[in-house]
Amino acid sequence: MPISKEDVKYIAALARIDVPEDKLEGMTKSLRCIVQYVEQLQKLDVDNVKPTSHAVPVGNVLRPDVVKPSLTNQEALAIAVEAKDGCFKVPLVIE
Amino acid sequence: MNLHSLTAHALLDLFKSGKASAKEAYKAVVGRIKAVDPKVKAYVHMASHQPDYRGEFQIPIGIKDNLCTKGEEITCASRILKGFRSPYDAGVMEKIKKSGGAILGIVNMDEFAFGSSCETSCYGPTFNPWNLECVPGGSSGGSAASVAADEAVWALGSDTGGSIRQPASFCGIVGLKPTYGRVSRYGLIAFASSLDQIGPLTKDVRDCALLMNIISGYDERDSTSVNEPVPDYTKALVNDVRGLKIGIPQEAFAEGLDPEVRRSVEDALNLLKKLGAVIKEVSLPHTPYAVAAYYIVATAEASSNLARFDGVRYGLRVQPASVRKTALTDMYEETRSLGFGDEVKRRIMLGTYALSSGYYDAYYLRGQKVRTLIKNDLDEVFKDCDVIMTPTSPTVAFKVGEKISDPLSMYLSDIYTIPANLAGIPAISVPCGLSKSSCLPIGLQLMGKAFDEEMLLRVSYTYEQNTQWHLKKPKLD
Repeated sequence: MPISKEDVKYIAALARIDVPEDKLEGMTKSLRCIVQYVEQLQKLDVDNVKPTSHAVPVGNVLRPDVVKPSLTNQEALAIAVEAKDGCFKVPLVIE
Repeated sequence: MNLHSLTAHALLDLFKSGKASAKEAYKAVVGRIKAVDPKVKAYVHMASHQPDYRGEFQIPIGIKDNLCTKGEEITCASRILKGFRSPYDAGVMEKIKKSGGAILGIVNMDEFAFGSSCETSCYGPTFNPWNLECVPGGSSGGSAASVAADEAVWALGSDTGGSIRQPASFCGIVGLKPTYGRVSRYGLIAFASSLDQIGPLTKDVRDCALLMNIISGYDERDSTSVNEPVPDYTKALVNDVRGLKIGIPQEAFAEGLDPEVRRSVEDALNLLKKLGAVIKEVSLPHTPYAVAAYYIVATAEASSNLARFDGVRYGLRVQPASVRKTALTDMYEETRSLGFGDEVKRRIMLGTYALSSGYYDAYYLRGQKVRTLIKNDLDEVFKDCDVIMTPTSPTVAFKVGEKISDPLSMYLSDIYTIPANLAGIPAISVPCGLSKSSCLPIGLQLMGKAFDEEMLLRVSYTYEQNTQWHLKKPKLD
């Protein structure tokens, strides 16, 4: 089933992106076209194929738990949009 | 003698013999940027500090706008990161600085590296130095254009599906995507974490080996960095391909390949054969599915990676008008909607779709399985070949605006470069011709076994020593 405008609205909401009404048609069309192209993967038989998430096999990577210098609170907050009391400040979350 | 037009190894020779200083070289390149960048528009801004002229490799370098460089504004060419001054250096930037690298400035790219033309940048496009009406390729378009226009001696880029090799090909220079895990990704702003690799864009193969020596190596801060010894890549610069086996995949020479590109790559093939290489016809039957698999895997990873750009900590924040309960989510949505360009939104949504409930198996899991099939194809061919050779791109550089409104046709320009990212193997693009009809550069791609960058350097060095293409320069004055 091709992607509908409703699908695009739903995906946009999941991705926290607002697609305004006047752009919805164009975005739906381009996504539909790409998804149609990707459909060719359905032709392949992949029943007994293992998925590859990383091309170079690396297992669980562990390192010694040693305290090392890192960014100070001040350095980290120097790039903050808004900071207060040594923390990033955000709009109201809970009333 | 124009210092700005020299290779890094030629400059190092001059520094050593005292015929020129690093300071003179840096000034010459800055002068060149002032003279031609108003036309090329490779740079998004110049470095905030002068180099301190200490170290073994004081070479003027351009840095892609997605490599965290302490104190510089690094934005991925996106409005959402405007104002972000990196508080730290990426692993590669530490290495560049330690080696003496003289940072010229930050160069342009497609927004978040999503593109093959450098047109989706929030700063506007970079132009191809060979023809200012054409794109330089992408996403490392600023890196490639700056080197081709002598506005940098060499540059760093990143490659997720061809973003170093395709612009290197379009601009007539050398570009290498190393094996996944060879170069630390610490401090590279992530696009698709299982595919991204940082690599060099240089004027010739010797410079490529030199820059690889500087940036390669294990870094515990990147959990996918591989702890393999780093060879001296300049030792691989041997002018000899006798007995080496070069695989030619028949799928790469099928429909859609520009006849002039085909002819140049075939000429290169015949030359290598004459020099003693053994040419073998091979098959990579699943590579026609690579672009489709890539656009599932890469966008899925991107949609997750780009979730961090939400206006909470750094970069852009759009304050919601309301003080409702939903003020925080309103802020996320308004910031992301204003901060991201259309192509970034498209890819985030495509990835979100591929990962969403009910579609995961049909798209994401299937994409990963097809990735396995493509990797198996390459493993099979490498059992009996030292390198695989294809064109880098099916066409020469296209016109600015030509493909921007048709995302799928843009995606297909990466058809030859994507398999190496999916399989994690190294691949290089070297100049192999100039189109007679348009006078634009053509590149050939060599793919190698994992951690065998040396074989790629050896074959491309031999090719370079027996041709003149790497010496051709665009006329910009």
